[in-house]
Amino acid sequence: MELLPPFHVATPGSIAAAVAAGQDHAASRFIAGGTDLMVNLRHGIGDPATLIDLRGIPELRHVSAEPDGLVIGAAVTLAELAEHPAVASRYPAIATAAAAVGAPAHRAAGTVGGNLCLDTRCIFYNRSAWWREANGFCLKYQGDTCHVAPTGKRCHAAFSGDLAPALLVHAAEIDIAGPGGVRRQPLAELYAEDGAAHLSLAPGEFLVRVVVAADPWPASYAKARARGAIDFPLAGVAVALRRSGEEVDGLRVALTGTNARPFLLAGTDALLGAPVSPAWLDRLGRLVQKQVSPMRTTLLAAQYRRRVAAALAQRLAATLGGLDAVGRAA
Amino acid sequence: MSQTAKRVRAFRLNGRAHEVLVADNVLLLDTLREALGLTGTKRGCDGGECGACTVLIDGTPRLACLTRTEECEGHGVETIEGLVENGRMSRLQRAFHERLGTQCGYCTPGMVMAAEGLLRRNPDPSAAEIRAALAGNICRCTGYVKIVEAIEDAARGAP
Repeated sequence: MELLPPFHVATPGSIAAAVAAGQDHAASRFIAGGTDLMVNLRHGIGDPATLIDLRGIPELRHVSAEPDGLVIGAAVTLAELAEHPAVASRYPAIATAAAAVGAPAHRAAGTVGGNLCLDTRCIFYNRSAWWREANGFCLKYQGDTCHVAPTGKRCHAAFSGDLAPALLVHAAEIDIAGPGGVRRQPLAELYAEDGAAHLSLAPGEFLVRVVVAADPWPASYAKARARGAIDFPLAGVAVALRRSGEEVDGLRVALTGTNARPFLLAGTDALLGAPVSPAWLDRLGRLVQKQVSPMRTTLLAAQYRRRVAAALAQRLAATLGGLDAVGRAA
Repeated sequence: MSQTAKRVRAFRLNGRAHEVLVADNVLLLDTLREALGLTGTKRGCDGGECGACTVLIDGTPRLACLTRTEECEGHGVETIEGLVENGRMSRLQRAFHERLGTQCGYCTPGMVMAAEGLLRRNPDPSAAEIRAALAGNICRCTGYVKIVEAIEDAARGAP
C-alpha cells in the first residue's frame, strides 16, 4: 500500500485547544483511533496537512453510567465501552454493538466518536489510489459518476458503523464542539442520506460526547457480515421494544449498513398496541424491506442485504417480545 | 518520503528505553521493520484486516500498520522478538512449535502476540475466549485448530 501523505499531528489537551487547532489549520482532520482514517489516507483519500488527535482531552475519555443516564466520551475506545460493566448490564445493545466492531485490536484503538463519524463505504471507494484512478474515480471523491448508480445524482456509499443504530434506538443525543461553542442535538440529526456528505458536522466541529437517558427500553443489536469477525455490517439492526403486559407499547428500530446513513425506521407506531406474533413480525419485516435501500456497494447482493435486514429485525423483535427467534411461543 | 519535520520519540521497546527520530506520518510497522530492523513483525494486508503486524502496546494487542510511531511516545511496545527469554523461545512460542500451530509461519508472530495479550489478561482462557481473542488474525494454512490447541497448551503450562 502507499505511504501516508505528509502531515503533522497536533495533540490538544482540552476541547478549547482542539477547536483552536481546527481553526488554525484549515486543512486539518480530527482523528482518534485512526483505524479507518489511516487506511483511507494511505489510499490517497484526503490529504490533510494536520491531524488533530483528540485522545489527549480528558473529558472525551470517560464513561459515566449514573442513575440519571449514560454519558460516553467520544474518545472512549470501543473495547472500553463494550467491557464497561454498567453499560453491559443496563445497555446491552450498546455493549453488543461496540463488541461487534472489527476485531479486538480494532476495538482497542477505535473510538465511539470514530465509529459514529465513520466514513461511508463502497466497493468503488475503499480502493487504492491507482485502482480508483483507473476506474475514473467516483462521485464520492475526485470523480463525477457514481458507478453504483451511474444515472443517479448522488453517492450511494453505505454507512457501516455498528454503534449508531444501538444509540439511535435509545434516542441518544450528542454534544458537538466547534467554533460556535458546544451544542446538543439528537444523534439522528447528525446524519444525512448522501454517501458523499453524510455527516452534518461543519468544518472545525467534532463530537464530544454521547448522552443516553436512564431507564432504557429493553434492546438488542445484531449484524450480518461475510465473516464472523473483522467485517463491516452488510446490514445491522438494533431494536428497542417495551411491552405493557403482552402488548408492545414502545418500539424503535434502527438500521445500519444499508443506506448512506444509519436511520430510525419510520411508521413503527402502527405496530403498537398489539402483542408480538408471527403476523406482527411479518408487518415489521415488510416495513424494514420498504425503507432500507441497499445498493451494489458491497460484494454481496443488495437484495440479500434487504432481506437479511428484515430477518434480523424480526429475530430481535421476536426475542424481545417474548417469542423465540423465529417467532414461535418461547 | 515526507516534508514533515522529524521529532525524537521516546518509548519502551521490548522492555528497553528507545528513542527514534521520526516524522509524524511514519507507521509503527515501518519504524520497527525498516528503522529498527525488527522484521519479526510482518507486513500482511497492510490495511488493518489480517493481524500479521499485531504487537502489544501497553500489553494490549494493536495493529502496527494502523498505528503511527508518534502515538507510541511514552508507551511500551512489545514485538515477537521481545518474547525470547534468555535466548530461548517463551512457553507460548514453544507451544506453537510443538503443537504445529505454525505452517508457513507468516501469520505466526501476529498470532503469538495476540495470544500473549490474551494470556496476560486471562491466564486460563476457554477455547471460545481464545478464538475471540484471535478473531482479527487470519491464517491461510492451519485451519486454526492447531493454533487454538497451542494456546490451550501454553495456558496449561505444557510443553
